[in-house]
Amino acid sequence: MKKTKKTSEPRPADAELVTDLRAALSPDRVHVDTLEAKLYGRDASLIRGEAGVVCFPTTTREVQAAVVLAARHGRAIVPRGAGTGLAGGAVPQHAPVLIVTTKMTHVEVDLARRIAWVQPGVINLDLTKQLRPLGFHFAPDPSSQQSCSLGGNVANNSGGPHCLAYGVTSAHVVALEVVLADGSITTLGGLDAEPEGYDLRGVFVGSEGCLGIATRIAVRLTPNPPAVATMLADFTEPADAAAAVSAIIAAGVVPAAIEMMDQRITQAVEAFVGAGYPTDAGAVLLVEVDGLPAGVAAETALVQAVCRDHRARSVRVAASEAERMLLWKGRKTAFGAVARVKPNYYLHDTVVPRTRLLEVLRQVYEIAERHQLIVMNVFHAGDGNLHPLLVFDAREPGVLDRVHAAGEEIVRASLEAGGVLSGEHGIGLEKQAFMHLQFTQTDLDAQARLRDAFDPSGRCNPNKVLPAGSRCGDLAHLDAAQRDQLLAEGAWV
Amino acid sequence: MSQPATAAQAGPSGLAARAPLADRVVRDPVLLAFAESVGGVTDGPVAVEGGRTQWEAGGASEAGTRLVAAPAGVVAFEPAEMTVQVRAGTSLENLNAILAAAGQRVALEGFSPGATVGGVLSVGRSGMTRLGHGPVRDTLLQARYVSAEGLLVTAGGPTVKNVTGFDLCRLLVGSLGTLGLLGEVILRTRPRPEVSCWLAGPADPFALRDALYRPVALLWNGTQVWLCLEGYQGDVDQQATVAGGHGLVPVAGPPPLPAGRTSLDPGLLAALDPAVLAAQGLVAEIGVGILHGIGPGSPVLVTLGLDAEAHTKPRPPTVAGAGATIVSAHRREGGPALDELNARMKSLFDPTGRLNPGRRPLDGRRATIGVNAS
Repeated sequence: MKKTKKTSEPRPADAELVTDLRAALSPDRVHVDTLEAKLYGRDASLIRGEAGVVCFPTTTREVQAAVVLAARHGRAIVPRGAGTGLAGGAVPQHAPVLIVTTKMTHVEVDLARRIAWVQPGVINLDLTKQLRPLGFHFAPDPSSQQSCSLGGNVANNSGGPHCLAYGVTSAHVVALEVVLADGSITTLGGLDAEPEGYDLRGVFVGSEGCLGIATRIAVRLTPNPPAVATMLADFTEPADAAAAVSAIIAAGVVPAAIEMMDQRITQAVEAFVGAGYPTDAGAVLLVEVDGLPAGVAAETALVQAVCRDHRARSVRVAASEAERMLLWKGRKTAFGAVARVKPNYYLHDTVVPRTRLLEVLRQVYEIAERHQLIVMNVFHAGDGNLHPLLVFDAREPGVLDRVHAAGEEIVRASLEAGGVLSGEHGIGLEKQAFMHLQFTQTDLDAQARLRDAFDPSGRCNPNKVLPAGSRCGDLAHLDAAQRDQLLAEGAWV
Repeated sequence: MSQPATAAQAGPSGLAARAPLADRVVRDPVLLAFAESVGGVTDGPVAVEGGRTQWEAGGASEAGTRLVAAPAGVVAFEPAEMTVQVRAGTSLENLNAILAAAGQRVALEGFSPGATVGGVLSVGRSGMTRLGHGPVRDTLLQARYVSAEGLLVTAGGPTVKNVTGFDLCRLLVGSLGTLGLLGEVILRTRPRPEVSCWLAGPADPFALRDALYRPVALLWNGTQVWLCLEGYQGDVDQQATVAGGHGLVPVAGPPPLPAGRTSLDPGLLAALDPAVLAAQGLVAEIGVGILHGIGPGSPVLVTLGLDAEAHTKPRPPTVAGAGATIVSAHRREGGPALDELNARMKSLFDPTGRLNPGRRPLDGRRATIGVNAS
């Protein structure tokens, strides 16, 4: 593995800061040793940073104390959940106070209101397991749902396969108690339908920890559907599978989920967990419809017909809950299965219009081939959210350069097709350099104002999401050529 | 198994910042003309006039505010995409007529003829089917608006899923045009159902809701419940049978809604005295919390007979979940920090206060029912 560059240099922890934090929390929940600073210096990407002090608060007041003390000692703060993020959003830079919310795991279910107040450290799947016997679940279900936390889901506005019909995290969060960068505590949104003021709840969800720290989250409970049908459609040609996705939507059906997997990933998954996928298929679609029985029956028949019209060799409907769970196990362990092919992967997360899926998918294969890379595709086809996995062995000289070049071409192809940079993984540190591809200087300046309103000090998860120079005032720091280009694109000073 | 160093670290991929895509800058002459009509910071107070169907929302516009019109027309509609690109000044009737031809619709509701897409989004009030169709805010995917400086800004993105950057679209919905003036939007559309029907009868709305699967609307005036069901014929028939067991029968449509509305914690609706609700002629949206027939801060609330104890009395679950604690949610307020946050947002987006001055999205759409009831 090529040595990765660190984003920050270690900075010794200030003894007085540590003493203050330990007094405010407890000695065993404030860590400063080198091992933990390194351990918590990364997320699920390999972007490396280093924490100055790692705190584990259990209450809103303790989060507030950590934020206030960090400010008093001139340190930035970085919120962190389970660390499953893929874009470096929780990677600490310049030795900040890292506020880890994993010990905040309390859940209060309010069935009368059909909501639950949860602390940010609650694991996504744990919440659904608690709710299921009550007849409800938490709809966003990212592939990492066994380990990702609700606080992280809020930070990334997480999706998952079933967000096609049910919507992403923002649609399932009604209120948030947050600690802002100045240490103040407030509630954004509300249990009522139309809280007064601007929709700061909606702004906070998906803000990647840059606007404050969520300490209590009111999530909407979704009723468990009375009927579910899960189908596995088997295609010889990936192009037919992609065309079937558009045709299903065009037929007026919005399934609970439409996932697509190409042959390489299907074979890897089959060898990994034996999910019952056909290994000779060019691509498979995993389609789930749910709701009341008549609708499920009608939509199952329609999906089967559309897939057959698009030359599906077979469309198998799971005959039991066990078979259904096995089909989903294959999909949700796909990234792990990649290890059977190559030791490393680079995952992109662009979204393209559903009707351009086939065209962009062809470009993805062409780009990978031209750069002599293996690409495996497993993605949320129903909403056009591509997840091309460029798999490689990082020990091979020069391969990383090819991976990055191919990745950039995939991003560009997606945007040229009318797509966006990220569907659910966020920008973090990883995609900052691409933000100018999607937004003008004026657009980025508006986003910078939003951030400044929440955190005028710029201390909360600094230097994430927006690239340097996003504020129009920042133009003074750019060189003449960059400045001229941005002004030509409509920037104002 | 892990990911390698990223593009942000890769150095050579600085190409991204040097070679932007050509079409990200808005060059649409219609939108540029709209921006020209709004003008810049020296052009004085300005607001967009839509269909004036909710013109009272947020108070009156200050005298001397120049009114401009947003452009109108559907720019692009691709049924297979389930999105529509539409100018903000387009009337909802026109938009829905175009969408209906393809068997689709948007979850926006105009409260009287002439309502425009931009107006409904800027006010942010949902229709009576919010329980099933969701809030207005979830409909908006991308907005092109004119800033206080007179510049065109793109917020969000054109796809049905997007987490690229900070979510300015949410900020714009319900902001009454005080942060930016909508020129064009991309909206999420949904398929129209096979069947849609209304039923009504003297039922307990809370028991009825528990008996149904995701009803589209549930209205209650203290004596009568109105229920909207949508979906496939077989499912609607089955749910209608369930509702029939609670005393509901088919009716032509919903009741006329009384003027005025306020937004309550939906958990408080069970605490309202049905007799008082009926006597006052109010209609409540069960599961949502909108109360029709009453304005924010109205003294009528004092007489509603709200049982303050109900705030802390949860309705018992039918099955206790392992490890789940059943309690009532606490009513929480944002306090001074929220007021300051809202004020900072306004001052950063509109430093001179020229966008729709006088309108107050910060003032209560919600009644302070806890205070009034005590």
